[in-house]
Amino acid sequence: MARTRHPLEAAIESIVRLSGWSAIVFVALISLFLLKEGLPAFGEVPLASLFGTRWYPIEGFYALGPLIWGSLVVTVGAALFAVPLGVGAAMFIAEVAPRWLREVLKPLVEILAGLPSVVLGFLGIVVLVPAIRETLGLATGLTALTGSLLLAGMALPTIVSVAEDALDAVPSAYKIGSLALGASRWQTLWRVTLPAARTGVLTAIMLGVGRAIGETMAVMMVTGNAPVVLFGPHALVSPVRTMTATVAAEMGEVARGSVHYHVLFTVGLVLFVISFVVNVLASIVLLKRRAAAGRMLS
Amino acid sequence: MTAGERRLLIQRVAFSTLGLATALTVLPIILIVGVIAWKGMPALAPSFLFEAPRDGLRAGGIWPALVGTVYLTVGTGLIAVPVGLAAAIYLSEYARETFFTRAIRIAIINLAGIPSVVYGLFGLALFVLFLKLGTSIVAASLTLSIMTLPVIISTAEEALRAVPQSFRLVSQGMGGTKWQTIRRIVLPQALPGILTGVILGLERAAGETAPILFTGAALFLPQLPRSIFDETMALPYHLFVISTQVPGMPVKVQFGTALVLLVFVLSMNVLATFIRSYHRRRRQW
Repeated sequence: MARTRHPLEAAIESIVRLSGWSAIVFVALISLFLLKEGLPAFGEVPLASLFGTRWYPIEGFYALGPLIWGSLVVTVGAALFAVPLGVGAAMFIAEVAPRWLREVLKPLVEILAGLPSVVLGFLGIVVLVPAIRETLGLATGLTALTGSLLLAGMALPTIVSVAEDALDAVPSAYKIGSLALGASRWQTLWRVTLPAARTGVLTAIMLGVGRAIGETMAVMMVTGNAPVVLFGPHALVSPVRTMTATVAAEMGEVARGSVHYHVLFTVGLVLFVISFVVNVLASIVLLKRRAAAGRMLS
Repeated sequence: MTAGERRLLIQRVAFSTLGLATALTVLPIILIVGVIAWKGMPALAPSFLFEAPRDGLRAGGIWPALVGTVYLTVGTGLIAVPVGLAAAIYLSEYARETFFTRAIRIAIINLAGIPSVVYGLFGLALFVLFLKLGTSIVAASLTLSIMTLPVIISTAEEALRAVPQSFRLVSQGMGGTKWQTIRRIVLPQALPGILTGVILGLERAAGETAPILFTGAALFLPQLPRSIFDETMALPYHLFVISTQVPGMPVKVQFGTALVLLVFVLSMNVLATFIRSYHRRRRQW
Protein backbone atom coordinates (compact mmCIF):
# COMPACT_ATOMS: atom_id res chain seq x y z
CA MET A 1 0.00 0.00 0.00
CA ALA A 2 1.43 3.35 -0.96
CA ARG A 3 1.65 5.71 1.99
CA THR A 4 -0.57 8.71 1.49
CA ARG A 5 0.70 11.85 3.10
CA HIS A 6 -1.44 13.60 5.63
CA PRO A 7 -2.35 17.13 4.49
CA LEU A 8 -1.02 18.57 7.77
CA GLU A 9 2.35 16.96 7.11
CA ALA A 10 2.51 18.45 3.64
CA ALA A 11 1.42 21.89 4.86
CA ILE A 12 4.06 21.91 7.57
CA GLU A 13 6.74 20.79 5.19
CA SER A 14 5.98 23.66 2.84
CA ILE A 15 5.95 26.25 5.64
CA VAL A 16 9.24 24.94 6.93
CA ARG A 17 10.77 24.88 3.44
CA LEU A 18 9.64 28.45 2.82
CA SER A 19 11.35 29.59 6.02
CA GLY A 20 14.45 27.70 4.96
CA TRP A 21 14.58 29.79 1.82
CA SER A 22 14.14 33.02 3.78
CA ALA A 23 17.89 33.48 4.21
CA ILE A 24 18.37 33.58 0.44
CA VAL A 25 15.34 35.85 0.04
CA PHE A 26 16.72 38.31 2.58
CA VAL A 27 20.19 38.43 1.05
CA ALA A 28 18.53 39.06 -2.32
CA LEU A 29 16.24 41.75 -0.86
CA ILE A 30 19.15 43.50 0.85
CA SER A 31 21.20 43.65 -2.33
CA LEU A 32 18.14 44.70 -4.34
CA PHE A 33 17.26 47.62 -2.08
CA LEU A 34 20.87 48.78 -1.73
CA LEU A 35 21.14 48.79 -5.52
CA LYS A 36 17.78 50.51 -5.93
CA GLU A 37 18.75 53.37 -3.60
CA GLY A 38 22.49 53.42 -4.24
CA LEU A 39 22.86 53.14 -8.02
CA PRO A 40 21.14 56.48 -8.83
CA ALA A 41 24.16 58.18 -7.24
CA PHE A 42 26.28 57.19 -10.22
CA GLY A 43 23.96 59.21 -12.44
CA GLU A 44 23.63 62.17 -10.11
CA VAL A 45 27.19 62.71 -9.03
CA PRO A 46 29.94 63.24 -11.61
CA LEU A 47 32.36 60.33 -11.55
CA ALA A 48 35.20 62.78 -11.03
CA SER A 49 33.57 63.72 -7.72
CA LEU A 50 32.83 60.12 -6.64
CA PHE A 51 36.43 59.12 -7.31
CA GLY A 52 37.94 62.38 -6.13
CA THR A 53 39.61 63.08 -2.80
CA ARG A 54 37.11 65.24 -0.90
CA TRP A 55 34.04 64.25 1.11
CA TYR A 56 32.16 67.46 1.69
CA PRO A 57 28.47 66.84 0.99
CA ILE A 58 27.33 70.41 1.64
CA GLU A 59 29.31 71.60 -1.37
CA GLY A 60 28.59 68.51 -3.44
CA PHE A 61 31.88 66.69 -2.97
CA TYR A 62 31.15 62.99 -2.56
CA ALA A 63 34.46 61.16 -2.86
CA LEU A 64 34.29 57.57 -1.67
CA GLY A 65 38.08 57.28 -1.56
CA PRO A 66 38.69 59.04 1.78
CA LEU A 67 35.99 56.93 3.48
CA ILE A 68 37.34 53.66 2.10
CA TRP A 69 40.83 54.77 3.08
CA GLY A 70 39.61 55.62 6.59
CA SER A 71 38.02 52.20 7.01
CA LEU A 72 41.20 50.59 5.70
CA VAL A 73 43.52 52.45 8.11
CA VAL A 74 41.36 51.68 11.13
CA THR A 75 40.89 48.04 10.12
CA VAL A 76 44.57 47.39 9.40
CA GLY A 77 45.40 48.98 12.75
CA ALA A 78 42.87 46.71 14.44
CA ALA A 79 44.29 43.65 12.71
CA LEU A 80 47.79 44.52 13.95
CA PHE A 81 46.52 44.19 17.52
CA ALA A 82 43.85 41.55 17.14
CA VAL A 83 45.57 38.95 14.95
CA PRO A 84 48.61 38.16 17.11
CA LEU A 85 46.62 38.43 20.34
CA GLY A 86 43.70 36.42 19.02
CA VAL A 87 45.69 33.60 17.46
CA GLY A 88 47.99 33.50 20.49
CA ALA A 89 45.05 33.32 22.86
CA ALA A 90 43.41 30.63 20.72
CA MET A 91 46.62 28.56 20.81
CA PHE A 92 46.86 29.01 24.56
CA ILE A 93 43.23 28.10 25.21
CA ALA A 94 43.23 25.13 22.83
CA GLU A 95 46.58 23.54 23.59
CA VAL A 96 48.31 24.98 26.65
CA ALA A 97 45.75 25.91 29.31
CA PRO A 98 44.65 23.21 31.75
CA ARG A 99 41.03 22.17 31.53
CA TRP A 100 39.76 24.33 34.42
CA LEU A 101 41.40 27.47 33.03
CA ARG A 102 39.86 26.74 29.65
CA GLU A 103 36.43 26.60 31.25
CA VAL A 104 37.05 30.06 32.73
CA LEU A 105 38.59 31.68 29.66
CA LYS A 106 36.03 30.64 27.07
CA PRO A 107 33.01 32.28 28.76
CA LEU A 108 35.09 35.42 29.38
CA VAL A 109 35.79 35.74 25.67
CA GLU A 110 32.07 35.20 25.03
CA ILE A 111 31.33 38.15 27.31
CA LEU A 112 33.49 40.33 25.08
CA ALA A 113 31.51 39.10 22.08
CA GLY A 114 28.30 40.11 23.83
CA LEU A 115 29.38 43.65 24.80
CA PRO A 116 27.32 46.17 22.83
CA SER A 117 29.55 48.32 20.66
CA VAL A 118 28.11 51.53 22.14
CA VAL A 119 29.36 50.44 25.54
CA LEU A 120 32.86 50.00 24.14
CA GLY A 121 32.53 53.32 22.34
CA PHE A 122 31.42 55.07 25.54
CA LEU A 123 34.37 53.66 27.49
CA GLY A 124 36.58 54.63 24.59
CA ILE A 125 35.45 58.23 24.94
CA VAL A 126 35.85 58.48 28.70
CA VAL A 127 38.96 56.33 29.19
CA LEU A 128 40.89 55.64 25.98
CA VAL A 129 40.60 59.02 24.24
CA PRO A 130 42.11 61.08 27.09
CA ALA A 131 44.73 58.40 27.75
CA ILE A 132 45.89 58.41 24.14
CA ARG A 133 45.92 62.19 23.93
CA GLU A 134 48.11 62.47 27.00
CA THR A 135 50.51 59.57 26.47
CA LEU A 136 51.17 60.45 22.84
CA GLY A 137 51.02 64.22 23.35
CA LEU A 138 48.41 64.76 20.64
CA ALA A 139 45.99 67.62 20.03
CA THR A 140 43.09 65.18 20.16
CA GLY A 141 42.63 61.61 21.31
CA LEU A 142 39.98 61.00 18.65
CA THR A 143 42.27 59.12 16.29
CA ALA A 144 42.39 56.13 13.99
CA LEU A 145 44.51 54.38 16.63
CA THR A 146 41.75 54.78 19.23
CA GLY A 147 39.29 53.27 16.78
CA SER A 148 41.71 50.45 15.98
CA LEU A 149 42.07 49.53 19.65
CA LEU A 150 38.28 49.30 20.11
CA LEU A 151 37.87 47.41 16.84
CA ALA A 152 40.53 44.96 17.93
CA GLY A 153 38.33 44.27 20.94
CA MET A 154 35.36 43.62 18.67
CA ALA A 155 37.33 41.36 16.32
CA LEU A 156 39.07 39.35 19.06
CA PRO A 157 36.18 37.11 20.17
CA THR A 158 35.54 35.97 16.59
CA ILE A 159 39.21 35.30 15.95
CA VAL A 160 39.72 33.47 19.26
CA SER A 161 36.67 31.22 19.04
CA VAL A 162 36.94 30.27 15.35
CA ALA A 163 40.71 29.71 15.55
CA GLU A 164 40.35 27.76 18.77
CA ASP A 165 37.78 25.53 17.09
CA ALA A 166 40.12 24.95 14.17
CA LEU A 167 43.01 23.99 16.47
CA ASP A 168 40.73 21.76 18.48
CA ALA A 169 39.57 19.96 15.33
CA VAL A 170 43.08 18.78 14.41
CA PRO A 171 42.99 14.99 14.85
CA SER A 172 44.69 14.01 18.08
CA ALA A 173 46.56 11.30 16.18
CA TYR A 174 48.71 14.07 14.66
CA LYS A 175 49.63 15.41 18.08
CA ILE A 176 50.17 12.02 19.66
CA GLY A 177 52.30 10.97 16.70
CA SER A 178 54.42 14.08 16.99
CA LEU A 179 54.88 13.68 20.74
CA ALA A 180 55.73 10.01 20.32
CA LEU A 181 58.50 10.95 17.88
CA GLY A 182 60.05 12.97 20.68
CA ALA A 183 58.88 16.47 19.82
CA SER A 184 58.12 18.79 22.73
CA ARG A 185 54.60 20.11 23.27
CA TRP A 186 55.62 23.48 21.82
CA GLN A 187 57.24 21.89 18.76
CA THR A 188 54.07 19.86 18.24
CA LEU A 189 51.88 22.94 18.51
CA TRP A 190 54.05 25.10 16.29
CA ARG A 191 55.08 22.60 13.62
CA VAL A 192 52.15 20.16 13.54
CA THR A 193 48.91 21.47 15.05
CA LEU A 194 49.08 25.07 13.82
CA PRO A 195 50.01 24.18 10.21
CA ALA A 196 47.29 21.51 10.18
CA ALA A 197 44.72 24.07 11.29
CA ARG A 198 45.98 26.87 9.05
CA THR A 199 42.90 27.21 6.82
CA GLY A 200 40.67 27.44 9.87
CA VAL A 201 42.96 29.99 11.50
CA LEU A 202 43.07 32.07 8.33
CA THR A 203 39.29 31.95 8.15
CA ALA A 204 39.14 33.15 11.74
CA ILE A 205 41.36 36.10 10.89
CA MET A 206 39.28 36.91 7.82
CA LEU A 207 35.99 36.80 9.71
CA GLY A 208 37.37 38.88 12.57
CA VAL A 209 38.80 41.51 10.27
CA GLY A 210 35.63 41.43 8.18
CA ARG A 211 33.63 42.16 11.31
CA ALA A 212 35.97 45.05 12.11
CA ILE A 213 35.38 46.74 8.73
CA GLY A 214 31.64 46.70 9.34
CA GLU A 215 31.70 47.89 12.94
CA THR A 216 29.90 51.18 13.30
CA MET A 217 29.07 52.73 16.66
CA ALA A 218 32.33 52.35 18.55
CA VAL A 219 34.30 53.63 15.58
CA MET A 220 32.02 56.58 15.01
CA MET A 221 32.34 57.60 18.64
CA VAL A 222 36.14 57.69 18.89
CA THR A 223 37.72 58.38 15.50
CA GLY A 224 36.92 62.08 15.14
CA ASN A 225 35.26 61.63 11.74
CA ALA A 226 37.57 63.87 9.71
CA PRO A 227 37.33 62.96 6.02
CA VAL A 228 40.95 63.58 5.14
CA VAL A 229 43.41 61.28 3.46
CA LEU A 230 46.72 61.08 5.26
CA PHE A 231 49.46 58.69 4.26
CA GLY A 232 52.31 57.46 6.37
CA PRO A 233 52.45 56.41 10.01
CA HIS A 234 50.92 59.62 11.38
CA ALA A 235 47.65 58.64 9.69
CA LEU A 236 47.16 56.32 12.67
CA VAL A 237 47.31 59.13 15.22
CA SER A 238 45.07 61.52 13.31
CA PRO A 239 41.27 61.64 13.10
CA VAL A 240 39.72 59.60 10.29
CA ARG A 241 36.25 58.91 9.01
CA THR A 242 35.15 55.41 8.09
CA MET A 243 32.42 54.30 5.70
CA THR A 244 30.22 52.95 8.48
CA ALA A 245 30.54 56.08 10.64
CA THR A 246 29.68 58.31 7.68
CA VAL A 247 26.48 56.42 6.96
CA ALA A 248 25.45 56.30 10.60
CA ALA A 249 26.22 59.94 11.29
CA GLU A 250 24.76 61.51 8.14
CA MET A 251 21.77 59.37 7.18
CA GLY A 252 19.68 60.82 9.97
CA GLU A 253 19.96 64.32 8.58
CA VAL A 254 19.64 63.93 4.82
CA ALA A 255 16.46 64.42 2.82
CA ARG A 256 15.00 61.13 1.56
CA GLY A 257 15.73 60.75 -2.13
CA SER A 258 18.39 63.48 -2.28
CA VAL A 259 21.80 63.04 -3.88
CA HIS A 260 23.43 62.77 -0.49
CA TYR A 261 20.92 60.05 0.48
CA HIS A 262 21.75 58.02 -2.62
CA VAL A 263 25.50 58.36 -2.09
CA LEU A 264 25.16 57.08 1.47
CA PHE A 265 23.42 54.00 0.05
CA THR A 266 26.30 53.64 -2.39
CA VAL A 267 28.64 53.57 0.60
CA GLY A 268 26.38 50.88 2.10
CA LEU A 269 26.64 48.98 -1.16
CA VAL A 270 30.44 49.06 -0.98
CA LEU A 271 30.27 47.73 2.60
CA PHE A 272 27.85 45.02 1.53
CA VAL A 273 30.09 43.91 -1.35
CA ILE A 274 33.12 43.74 0.97
CA SER A 275 31.28 41.65 3.55
CA PHE A 276 29.83 39.47 0.77
CA VAL A 277 33.27 38.64 -0.63
CA VAL A 278 34.80 38.03 2.80
CA ASN A 279 31.95 35.79 3.91
CA VAL A 280 31.57 33.76 0.73
CA LEU A 281 35.29 32.99 0.84
CA ALA A 282 35.08 32.12 4.53
CA SER A 283 31.97 30.00 4.11
CA ILE A 284 33.55 27.94 1.36
CA VAL A 285 36.25 26.96 3.82
CA LEU A 286 33.95 26.62 6.80
CA LEU A 287 31.24 24.57 5.11
CA LYS A 288 33.74 21.78 4.86
CA ARG A 289 33.49 21.65 8.63
CA ARG A 290 29.86 22.34 9.47
CA ALA A 291 30.28 22.33 13.24
CA ALA A 292 32.67 25.23 13.03
CA ALA A 293 30.22 27.20 10.90
CA GLY A 294 27.66 26.94 13.67
CA ARG A 295 30.10 28.07 16.30
CA MET A 296 31.21 30.99 14.25
CA LEU A 297 27.72 32.43 14.07
CA SER A 298 26.87 32.12 17.72
CA MET B 1 72.92 23.52 28.34
CA THR B 2 71.84 20.28 26.75
CA ALA B 3 69.57 20.15 23.72
CA GLY B 4 66.77 18.92 25.94
CA GLU B 5 67.17 21.81 28.38
CA ARG B 6 67.23 24.25 25.50
CA ARG B 7 64.08 22.80 24.06
CA LEU B 8 62.36 23.09 27.39
CA LEU B 9 63.48 26.71 27.74
CA ILE B 10 62.12 27.56 24.30
CA GLN B 11 58.86 25.88 25.21
CA ARG B 12 58.63 27.82 28.43
CA VAL B 13 59.25 31.15 26.66
CA ALA B 14 56.74 30.30 23.93
CA PHE B 15 54.03 29.22 26.34
CA SER B 16 54.55 32.33 28.45
CA THR B 17 54.16 34.49 25.34
CA LEU B 18 50.89 32.75 24.50
CA GLY B 19 49.79 33.19 28.10
CA LEU B 20 50.59 36.88 27.86
CA ALA B 21 48.51 37.20 24.68
CA THR B 22 45.64 35.52 26.48
CA ALA B 23 45.99 37.82 29.47
CA LEU B 24 46.01 40.87 27.18
CA THR B 25 42.81 39.57 25.61
CA VAL B 26 40.99 38.67 28.80
CA LEU B 27 42.12 41.31 31.32
CA PRO B 28 40.58 44.26 29.43
CA ILE B 29 37.25 42.40 29.50
CA ILE B 30 37.38 42.09 33.28
CA LEU B 31 38.51 45.71 33.49
CA ILE B 32 35.68 46.96 31.25
CA VAL B 33 32.99 45.16 33.23
CA GLY B 34 34.62 46.17 36.52
CA VAL B 35 34.94 49.87 35.71
CA ILE B 36 31.36 50.13 34.47
CA ALA B 37 30.01 48.29 37.50
CA TRP B 38 32.09 50.40 39.90
CA LYS B 39 31.29 53.78 38.38
CA GLY B 40 27.73 53.00 37.38
CA MET B 41 26.58 51.58 40.71
CA PRO B 42 26.14 54.97 42.47
CA ALA B 43 23.65 56.07 39.80
CA LEU B 44 21.40 53.09 40.32
CA ALA B 45 18.40 54.21 42.32
CA PRO B 46 14.76 53.32 41.76
CA SER B 47 14.17 56.83 40.45
CA PHE B 48 16.93 56.35 37.87
CA LEU B 49 15.32 53.18 36.57
CA PHE B 50 11.69 54.22 36.71
CA GLU B 51 11.64 57.90 35.72
CA ALA B 52 11.82 59.60 32.35
CA PRO B 53 14.86 61.78 31.53
CA ARG B 54 14.61 65.48 32.38
CA ASP B 55 16.58 68.69 31.72
CA GLY B 56 17.67 67.81 28.17
CA LEU B 57 18.48 64.22 29.22
CA ARG B 58 20.91 65.43 31.91
CA ALA B 59 18.77 64.40 34.87
CA GLY B 60 16.01 61.96 35.68
CA GLY B 61 16.06 58.34 34.64
CA ILE B 62 16.06 55.94 31.75
CA TRP B 63 12.63 54.26 32.03
CA PRO B 64 11.41 54.97 28.45
CA ALA B 65 14.70 53.72 27.01
CA LEU B 66 14.64 50.58 29.15
CA VAL B 67 11.04 49.79 28.21
CA GLY B 68 11.81 50.55 24.57
CA THR B 69 14.66 48.07 24.53
CA VAL B 70 12.39 45.42 26.04
CA TYR B 71 9.78 46.15 23.33
CA LEU B 72 12.37 45.89 20.57
CA THR B 73 13.87 42.70 21.97
CA VAL B 74 10.46 41.04 22.34
CA GLY B 75 9.39 42.26 18.90
CA THR B 76 12.56 40.87 17.37
CA GLY B 77 11.99 37.55 19.12
CA LEU B 78 8.37 37.32 17.95
CA ILE B 79 9.50 37.61 14.33
CA ALA B 80 12.90 35.93 14.31
CA VAL B 81 12.18 32.89 16.49
CA PRO B 82 9.37 31.28 14.44
CA VAL B 83 11.09 31.92 11.11
CA GLY B 84 14.52 30.95 12.40
CA LEU B 85 13.30 27.80 14.10
CA ALA B 86 11.34 26.71 11.03
CA ALA B 87 14.37 27.32 8.85
CA ALA B 88 16.51 25.27 11.22
CA ILE B 89 13.97 22.42 11.17
CA TYR B 90 14.04 22.53 7.38
CA LEU B 91 17.83 22.37 7.22
CA SER B 92 18.18 19.67 9.85
CA GLU B 93 15.13 17.44 9.22
CA TYR B 94 13.87 17.94 5.65
CA ALA B 95 16.59 19.26 3.38
CA ARG B 96 18.89 16.95 1.49
CA GLU B 97 22.43 18.11 0.78
CA THR B 98 21.94 19.70 -2.60
CA PHE B 99 23.40 22.69 -4.35
CA PHE B 100 20.38 24.60 -3.09
CA THR B 101 20.91 23.86 0.61
CA ARG B 102 24.52 24.86 0.13
CA ALA B 103 23.30 28.18 -1.21
CA ILE B 104 21.06 28.58 1.85
CA ARG B 105 24.04 28.00 4.13
CA ILE B 106 26.18 30.51 2.27
CA ALA B 107 23.30 33.01 2.50
CA ILE B 108 23.08 32.45 6.27
CA ILE B 109 26.80 33.03 6.76
CA ASN B 110 26.48 36.13 4.61
CA LEU B 111 23.61 37.52 6.64
CA ALA B 112 25.72 37.03 9.75
CA GLY B 113 28.54 39.08 8.27
CA ILE B 114 26.63 42.06 6.90
CA PRO B 115 27.58 45.23 8.82
CA SER B 116 24.90 46.36 11.24
CA VAL B 117 24.68 49.82 9.68
CA VAL B 118 23.89 48.20 6.32
CA TYR B 119 20.94 46.47 8.02
CA GLY B 120 19.92 49.95 9.11
CA LEU B 121 20.01 51.20 5.51
CA PHE B 122 18.08 48.17 4.32
CA GLY B 123 15.44 48.58 7.02
CA LEU B 124 15.08 52.24 6.11
CA ALA B 125 14.67 51.48 2.40
CA LEU B 126 12.37 48.45 2.71
CA PHE B 127 10.37 48.74 5.92
CA VAL B 128 10.30 52.47 6.67
CA LEU B 129 9.95 53.87 3.14
CA PHE B 130 8.88 51.14 0.69
CA LEU B 131 6.40 49.37 2.98
CA LYS B 132 5.53 52.72 4.58
CA LEU B 133 5.81 51.47 8.16
CA GLY B 134 7.51 54.71 9.13
CA THR B 135 10.19 54.92 11.80
CA SER B 136 8.49 52.62 14.26
CA ILE B 137 8.87 49.73 16.66
CA VAL B 138 7.69 47.35 13.90
CA ALA B 139 10.22 48.60 11.37
CA ALA B 140 13.07 48.46 13.90
CA SER B 141 12.05 44.99 15.14
CA LEU B 142 11.82 43.65 11.58
CA THR B 143 15.28 45.04 10.82
CA LEU B 144 16.76 43.58 14.01
CA SER B 145 15.10 40.22 13.43
CA ILE B 146 16.67 39.74 10.00
CA MET B 147 20.01 40.50 11.61
CA THR B 148 19.30 37.98 14.39
CA LEU B 149 18.05 35.25 12.06
CA PRO B 150 21.43 33.70 11.14
CA VAL B 151 22.38 33.23 14.80
CA ILE B 152 19.06 31.55 15.62
CA ILE B 153 19.04 29.33 12.52
CA SER B 154 22.57 28.06 12.94
CA THR B 155 22.46 27.39 16.68
CA ALA B 156 18.99 25.79 16.45
CA GLU B 157 20.12 23.60 13.57
CA GLU B 158 23.14 22.49 15.55
CA ALA B 159 20.88 21.63 18.52
CA LEU B 160 18.47 19.65 16.32
CA ARG B 161 21.26 17.72 14.65
CA ALA B 162 22.70 16.80 18.03
CA VAL B 163 19.58 14.72 18.82
CA PRO B 164 20.61 11.10 18.08
CA GLN B 165 19.25 9.61 14.87
CA SER B 166 18.03 6.54 16.78
CA PHE B 167 15.39 8.68 18.55
CA ARG B 168 13.85 9.54 15.19
CA LEU B 169 14.02 5.96 13.96
CA VAL B 170 12.28 4.60 17.04
CA SER B 171 9.50 7.16 16.80
CA GLN B 172 8.90 6.50 13.13
CA GLY B 173 9.22 2.77 13.67
CA MET B 174 6.33 3.00 16.10
CA GLY B 175 4.20 4.65 13.44
CA GLY B 176 4.86 8.31 14.18
CA THR B 177 4.76 10.59 11.18
CA LYS B 178 7.65 12.85 10.36
CA TRP B 179 6.04 15.93 11.92
CA GLN B 180 4.90 13.99 15.01
CA THR B 181 8.48 12.82 15.43
CA ILE B 182 9.83 16.33 15.12
CA ARG B 183 7.25 17.89 17.44
CA ARG B 184 7.10 15.23 20.16
CA ILE B 185 10.63 13.83 20.11
CA VAL B 186 13.22 15.99 18.36
CA LEU B 187 12.09 19.48 19.39
CA PRO B 188 11.74 18.75 23.14
CA GLN B 189 15.16 17.10 23.16
CA ALA B 190 16.74 20.03 21.34
CA LEU B 191 14.87 22.71 23.29
CA PRO B 192 17.68 23.78 25.65
CA GLY B 193 20.10 24.18 22.76
CA ILE B 194 17.53 26.13 20.78
CA LEU B 195 16.79 28.39 23.76
CA THR B 196 20.50 29.10 24.17
CA GLY B 197 20.73 30.18 20.55
CA VAL B 198 17.60 32.31 20.76
CA ILE B 199 18.85 34.12 23.85
CA LEU B 200 22.29 34.73 22.35
CA GLY B 201 20.67 36.11 19.20
CA LEU B 202 18.34 38.41 21.13
CA GLU B 203 21.22 39.53 23.33
CA ARG B 204 22.92 40.88 20.24
CA ALA B 205 19.71 42.55 19.05
CA ALA B 206 19.19 44.20 22.44
CA GLY B 207 22.61 45.85 22.34
CA GLU B 208 22.57 47.03 18.73
CA THR B 209 22.33 50.69 17.81
CA ALA B 210 23.16 51.06 14.13
CA PRO B 211 20.20 49.04 12.75
CA ILE B 212 17.66 51.10 14.70
CA LEU B 213 19.25 54.52 14.08
CA PHE B 214 17.05 55.27 11.07
CA THR B 215 14.31 52.68 11.56
CA GLY B 216 12.72 53.44 14.92
CA ALA B 217 14.94 54.93 17.60
CA ALA B 218 13.90 58.27 19.06
CA LEU B 219 16.21 60.76 20.74
CA PHE B 220 13.72 61.62 23.44
CA LEU B 221 10.07 60.82 24.07
CA PRO B 222 8.25 62.23 27.07
CA GLN B 223 5.95 59.20 27.26
CA LEU B 224 6.07 55.53 26.37
CA PRO B 225 5.12 54.50 22.83
CA ARG B 226 1.39 53.76 22.53
CA SER B 227 1.43 51.44 19.54
CA ILE B 228 3.87 49.39 17.53
CA PHE B 229 3.78 52.10 14.88
CA ASP B 230 5.31 54.66 17.25
CA GLU B 231 8.99 55.44 17.57
CA THR B 232 10.66 54.37 20.77
CA MET B 233 13.66 55.26 22.87
CA ALA B 234 16.20 52.45 23.31
CA LEU B 235 19.02 51.94 25.79
CA PRO B 236 21.94 51.57 23.35
CA TYR B 237 20.86 54.60 21.32
CA HIS B 238 20.27 56.54 24.52
CA LEU B 239 23.80 55.74 25.69
CA PHE B 240 25.14 56.88 22.31
CA VAL B 241 23.20 60.13 22.52
CA ILE B 242 24.18 61.02 26.07
CA SER B 243 27.84 60.21 25.51
CA THR B 244 28.27 62.15 22.26
CA GLN B 245 25.44 64.60 21.66
CA VAL B 246 24.72 66.22 25.01
CA PRO B 247 27.27 68.76 26.26
CA GLY B 248 27.75 68.88 30.01
CA MET B 249 26.32 65.41 30.53
CA PRO B 250 26.97 64.13 34.09
CA VAL B 251 29.39 61.18 33.92
CA LYS B 252 27.43 59.40 36.63
CA VAL B 253 24.32 59.18 34.46
CA GLN B 254 26.38 57.93 31.53
CA PHE B 255 27.98 55.16 33.57
CA GLY B 256 24.62 54.30 35.13
CA THR B 257 23.06 53.90 31.69
CA ALA B 258 26.02 51.83 30.47
CA LEU B 259 25.71 49.60 33.54
CA VAL B 260 21.99 48.99 33.03
CA LEU B 261 22.59 48.10 29.37
CA LEU B 262 25.46 45.84 30.35
CA VAL B 263 23.40 44.07 33.00
CA PHE B 264 20.50 43.66 30.56
CA VAL B 265 22.74 42.10 27.92
CA LEU B 266 25.05 40.08 30.17
CA SER B 267 22.20 38.57 32.18
CA MET B 268 20.92 37.13 28.92
CA ASN B 269 24.42 35.80 28.27
CA VAL B 270 24.59 34.23 31.73
CA LEU B 271 21.12 32.72 31.32
CA ALA B 272 22.19 31.13 28.03
CA THR B 273 25.38 29.73 29.56
CA PHE B 274 23.40 28.39 32.50
CA ILE B 275 20.79 26.64 30.35
CA ARG B 276 23.56 25.08 28.27
CA SER B 277 25.60 23.73 31.15
CA TYR B 278 22.53 22.61 33.15
CA HIS B 279 21.25 20.70 30.18
CA ARG B 280 24.63 19.18 29.38
CA ARG B 281 24.82 17.75 32.88
CA ARG B 282 21.31 16.27 32.76
CA ARG B 283 21.37 14.95 29.23
CA GLN B 284 21.13 11.18 29.00
CA TRP B 285 22.59 10.72 25.54
